Amino acid sequence: MIPKVIDAQRALRFAASAAMALVLGTAPAFAQAEWKPTKPVEFVGAAGAGGGTDIFARAVQLAIQNNKLIDQPILVSNKGGGSGAETFVYVKAAEGDGHKLAFGTSNLYTLPMVAKVAFKHTDFMPVAAMVFDEFILWTKGDAPYNDYKSFTAAAKAANGTFKMAGALSKDTDQTLTRLIEKDTGAKFVYIPFKSGGEASVQLTGGHVQSHVNNPSESLGHWKAGQLKALCVFSKERMAEGPKVTQTQGWSDIPTCKEQGAGIESYQMPRTVALPPGTPQAAVDFWAGVLKKVTETPEWKDYLTRTAQTGRFIAGNDFKAFIDEDEKRTRKVYEEEGWLVN
Amino acid sequence: MANLDSLFHGFAVALTLQHVALMMIGVLLGILVGVLPGLGAPNGVTLLLPLTYTMDPVGAIILLTSMYWGALFGGSTTSILFNIPGEPSSVATTFDGHPMAKQGRAIQALSFAFLSAGFGAMVGVIVTTLLSGWVTSFALQFSSPEFFAVYFLAFASFVGLSGAQASKTIVSILLGFAFATVGMDTISGSLRLTFGFDELLRGISFLIVVIGLFGIGELLLTMEEGLKFEGVKAKVSLAGVMETLVRMPRYWVALVRGSLIGVWMGITPGGPTAASFMSYGLAKRFSRRREHFGTGEPEGVIAPETADHGAGTAAMLPMLALGIPGSATAAVMMGGLMIWGLNPGPMLFIERPDFVWGLIASMYIGNVVAVVLVLATVPLFASILRIPFAIIGPLIVVVCFIGAWTVGASKPDLWIALIFGVIGYVFKKLDYPIAPLVLALVLGDKAEDAFRQSMLMSQGSLNIFFSNPLVGTITTLAVILLTWPLWMSLIRRAHLLRITQPKVVE
Repeated sequence: MIPKVIDAQRALRFAASAAMALVLGTAPAFAQAEWKPTKPVEFVGAAGAGGGTDIFARAVQLAIQNNKLIDQPILVSNKGGGSGAETFVYVKAAEGDGHKLAFGTSNLYTLPMVAKVAFKHTDFMPVAAMVFDEFILWTKGDAPYNDYKSFTAAAKAANGTFKMAGALSKDTDQTLTRLIEKDTGAKFVYIPFKSGGEASVQLTGGHVQSHVNNPSESLGHWKAGQLKALCVFSKERMAEGPKVTQTQGWSDIPTCKEQGAGIESYQMPRTVALPPGTPQAAVDFWAGVLKKVTETPEWKDYLTRTAQTGRFIAGNDFKAFIDEDEKRTRKVYEEEGWLVN
Repeated sequence: MANLDSLFHGFAVALTLQHVALMMIGVLLGILVGVLPGLGAPNGVTLLLPLTYTMDPVGAIILLTSMYWGALFGGSTTSILFNIPGEPSSVATTFDGHPMAKQGRAIQALSFAFLSAGFGAMVGVIVTTLLSGWVTSFALQFSSPEFFAVYFLAFASFVGLSGAQASKTIVSILLGFAFATVGMDTISGSLRLTFGFDELLRGISFLIVVIGLFGIGELLLTMEEGLKFEGVKAKVSLAGVMETLVRMPRYWVALVRGSLIGVWMGITPGGPTAASFMSYGLAKRFSRRREHFGTGEPEGVIAPETADHGAGTAAMLPMLALGIPGSATAAVMMGGLMIWGLNPGPMLFIERPDFVWGLIASMYIGNVVAVVLVLATVPLFASILRIPFAIIGPLIVVVCFIGAWTVGASKPDLWIALIFGVIGYVFKKLDYPIAPLVLALVLGDKAEDAFRQSMLMSQGSLNIFFSNPLVGTITTLAVILLTWPLWMSLIRRAHLLRITQPKVVE
């Protein structure tokens, strides 16, 4: 009896150590496949509080919190200094840390082209582009223009005195203004403000003739009839939805292409990136979580509210997208003489 | 009087038990973050924002705005007690508030500050209630030239006041402008004066500079002067608060002038910081007791405080109706509005009257709650000064550095605070005025942006600053104020001539 017991014990010990070995042996592989945040996560928004990027980061936070997609708390912070460069410098410094995510736009790869900043977009581990913000050509509500052609013709006739307001300098708004100029031969005086919201108020007050704000930046003024949406710079009309003004919903705004513009489409991705050297497992983990976010009702609500186009790109598709968009933007910047890197 | 109807409806919304409880919590939290320099209202509101996602929008905005009111009050406390402005807008309060505390009149200084702040806020809310429609259409007339003119006016009313030599004042202003240019330039999109340091990308934070110049600089000086802090002898009681309350009506001119400046700057929107400087400047220029300013004159506390709070409350209106945040805190709240599914803009008043008027009603109640709560804390805060300097001094250093850290959670900020502490000390030793530097740093980059935008609009012609009656009037006023000392001496000379001439004839 006794030896048997010993045998049994030995067998047990063996089994235990075998299991242990198994666990130990597979542990690294396991950790790689199953990366999980182990401390509070920080979402860093590359723009000031209250702007489009801040709301983007907070919408993701809300969707994750409400649906308990991760077990760690999330902190949203805004580091909008240097047109957002502050965020990328900060996240770059957190090398290998999968708990710090940079929320930005195309500024992830366009900023290093126009400003001498200490990062390149290739430093980061890109996670995903989650949504694309549209650009609309807006004029004052009582302006005499009704479409792209009549507006740009008037701008051309005004001989370089038409003012186009926009957010920041050498960023998306100014780039699009240059594209419109090239397309039509009209010349604008581009006046940079700190945010799209400020630009919108300037147009409402009649101090400038137009701007190319994202839908959410001018929603309030459009609703009140103070602004008129001439056309949207996208291939197709925006998603169907309820009426926003008395007569129009977002999908009633014609595309600029319909109206004969030579600009096929111009959109701004909202991007998420991780610090350099973050393990691939963490990148995959976040890509998975963000994918789940896009399926939540909170996210659908965010898209409708801000009139953006949901399109989720991750992994190699996202890298390819960045490369392509970077090249295209670089060409415009080069022609304008904005390049510093 | 449709507005009054809506307001009473708003009171019905705001006066529920839950909302009043949120107000109290908000105010108390606000006082706490306001007292800690650096933490301040914008950071406090940002920290609280995620908690409000699941609340109803009315409750959420009441909580956040109450916190804002609390923080505005708390910010003045440290300005007066330790010469450390808890909020940028309470810098001007230090000029006379801190000397009062040093002389053992901390109770009076704090009570004056809180009471006048409450008065300013009330005027702000009343204007908001009565003129909401007119104010929004007025604010729409403001473009870059008008903004520049307003900043210019703020400068003009403050500069040239310091007792120091004119050359020293100019050096101080120019240094302030230079510090303000550090970082990304909005107009050209390029980096300036960062010398390759990534830490300087976002510019030099005004808060950190203030913590250094005032907090640490003051401490260095206090240590050198032999650790004397007369607050120790002050008697501390609630009766002192009452006495101040009784003396308050005597300063009605300063109160009215301060609130008008505050409301004007809140609407335009020049912001609370510019408002408080401008109000202090004008009070010093036109007060009968102007020689006493800077040595502990109650009017020097009342003027900036009324304007600060008047502007803070009035700034809510452009935020709601136009979507322009009048202050950093308002910007964070605007983000909140979008998350709660509300769109700031003219339609908000029509679509969600319960929200807008509930908020406005809560501003009345919230400010009364805030004044009562902070007045009750006066004896408590004033007795902090009784703690021996050997204990409180090191504590202030710690609080200063914690404050500098919370601004951006970055280590280089601590060094910047220390460097500015030394600059503040050297400035005081050499009799250079600090206030012009601070004003230039706060308004410098806004004024620069507005000026360059105007130049783009006018293609380089300065006539744009006289191109319509509004901007023309403000610019003219500013020029008159700037050259005021010149006018005064001219008038005096003419006066002398008139007196002497008859004598010659005789």
